[in-house]
Amino acid sequence: MNILVCIKQVPGSSNVEVDPVTGVLKRDGVKSKLNPYDLYGLETAIALTEKFGGEVETITMGPPQAKSIIVESICMGAKCGTVLSDRKFAGADVLATAYTISQGIKKSGTYDLIICGKQTTDGDTAQVGAEVAEYLGIPNVSNVLSVDDVKDGKVYVTASLDEKIVKMSVALPCLISVDGDINSPRLPSYKVKQTVTDDMVKFISFADFEDQDEKHYGLSGSATQVERIFPPEKNTEKSSIEGDSEQQAEGLFELIKSRKII
Amino acid sequence: MGSLKINHGMINAEKAQELIKLCPFGAISYENGKLDISSACKMCKMCVRRGGGAIEYVEEEAAGVDKSLWKGICVYVDHYGDKIHRVTYELIGKAKELASVTGHPVYALVIGAGLGEGIEKLLHYGVDKVFVYDRPEFKDFRIEPYTAAFHDFIEKIKPSSILVGATNLGRQLAPRIAARCRAGLTADCTVLEMKENTDLVQIRPAFGGNIMAQIISTNTRPQFCTVRYKVFTEPKPETEAHGEIVKMDISEKALISGINVISGVDKPKDIDISESDVIVAVGRGAQSEGMRAMAKELADLLGGVVACSRPLVESNIFDAKHQIGLSGRTVKPKFIITLGISGAVQFAAGMKSSDCIVSVNSDKNAPIFDVAHYAIVGDVNEIVPKLIAKIKEAQADVQ
Repeated sequence: MNILVCIKQVPGSSNVEVDPVTGVLKRDGVKSKLNPYDLYGLETAIALTEKFGGEVETITMGPPQAKSIIVESICMGAKCGTVLSDRKFAGADVLATAYTISQGIKKSGTYDLIICGKQTTDGDTAQVGAEVAEYLGIPNVSNVLSVDDVKDGKVYVTASLDEKIVKMSVALPCLISVDGDINSPRLPSYKVKQTVTDDMVKFISFADFEDQDEKHYGLSGSATQVERIFPPEKNTEKSSIEGDSEQQAEGLFELIKSRKII
Repeated sequence: MGSLKINHGMINAEKAQELIKLCPFGAISYENGKLDISSACKMCKMCVRRGGGAIEYVEEEAAGVDKSLWKGICVYVDHYGDKIHRVTYELIGKAKELASVTGHPVYALVIGAGLGEGIEKLLHYGVDKVFVYDRPEFKDFRIEPYTAAFHDFIEKIKPSSILVGATNLGRQLAPRIAARCRAGLTADCTVLEMKENTDLVQIRPAFGGNIMAQIISTNTRPQFCTVRYKVFTEPKPETEAHGEIVKMDISEKALISGINVISGVDKPKDIDISESDVIVAVGRGAQSEGMRAMAKELADLLGGVVACSRPLVESNIFDAKHQIGLSGRTVKPKFIITLGISGAVQFAAGMKSSDCIVSVNSDKNAPIFDVAHYAIVGDVNEIVPKLIAKIKEAQADVQ
């Protein structure tokens, strides 16, 4: 079974602030890391190939530096990986990102199973996986808690819906998004790192894609536009609820009501 | 729609360094005397605004959409059998507000099997039309048939905006249908507004909640967004029902699925305190059996869970999975009330980013008051029973 895991390079810290006076984004360092949620996807994939055979590949979209997370995935047990990188992909929203990744997947190979993490820590939308599945025309299941079996061209999974825990079979090829905390991702092997060679990381750009219409990628291919960004109103004010216990209970009750808790 | 153009004539090593510093995403590089922008660019246009003309934004002619052909604000009805998820009502309330700007109708879309009287309830919340796809194939949520029905609805009715609850189901369905429509989708909106030209203004936290982004999809229709439960206010139902239920049909061929649901079991309740929006946390000052029972009652009334500080785990009063703090769980609920917790650093670290923190403690110098938004210096044994009585009274009035 050949498995592809979609991964992303994210900022090392989500501690980005906007200077309220100048409107400039303040970032503390540009260190990046592999999106922590993707580790669970990688672990799921590697464990599956250990049990059922086959290989794991990874794919990411980002700047050339995103190569480092592909290398990291190889150190965990992936065979190789692909970076989709092109200036034409810049400014992509969910729609354009998912389209670019789906084009990249078509170009990089054929897979039985595509695995995504639950969400990224920077975009935080948890939407790209389902859109990729739509572009590839394959079924998808989110909030997967475990992959229980693979047989007869189907993968058997347990997934969390809002009211229920559901067991289902999904015909391959398909895409699943796994929840966080469902396994203990293995650590990257430094021994393997010594053996990683350049040809294990493939770079694909716009020119390699089947769809050569630039309007489908990056900012041009995005349906949403960011009109403005601004700092959130911070509730740093502290107040106290005074009075006797009756008045304090009343004040707390009003607060609970105004906060829509009841 | 557009792209960035570098005016290479204006670039020298010094200017390049200035631009590199400006970019919050590290997307600008300068190598061999050539400035380049990589795909890390998020089009925030900081370099355009502050780069003194070195980088320009070039507007491109966007393929527009005839907005007059798209009418109505639709709420996807999230339900399990006959039980409608309350986020649906909250969204209907918001949809009505938005519709008042443009004079559009408010629609509800229901996809399910053997739908009973539950659907009629929607007519008490002021929707103009409820569109219903009722077929056995929709018994279990499976992405392909649900997307097919959703798409059928959009093609026939052409709604301008679509609001979906950010439930586990909504979070899979919304992106799938948005991609099929090649339309914009904004996740987890916290504010929605309507422009007179029917553009939906969507505001959401970005970058871990440190920045708010205001988003529109002006060139595509429909406009999709998801909203979490308890972000908007649920409207009061009207006694009179109005609006109509419209039965929709879809061909069987569109409903093929590669997914087969084998079994479903109800989720066990009250396990993960970090998943809860409301937490009542008790500490040493509230560890008596009576007080713990009251905390549980209060948590139940508020739809939350009970958690505790470390001493109560160490003395075997609570199981460790209820513990907040560095050695326990980190929580970030919308609302947390701490009862009799002094607020040691290790506890505060596990809950200080909660949206609203209320602390009750008899010691006015307790460190918990440094992180609390609302401080109540007083006796938990007196305040909590009074609070419980008030909530019960209010809930009795409603029913």
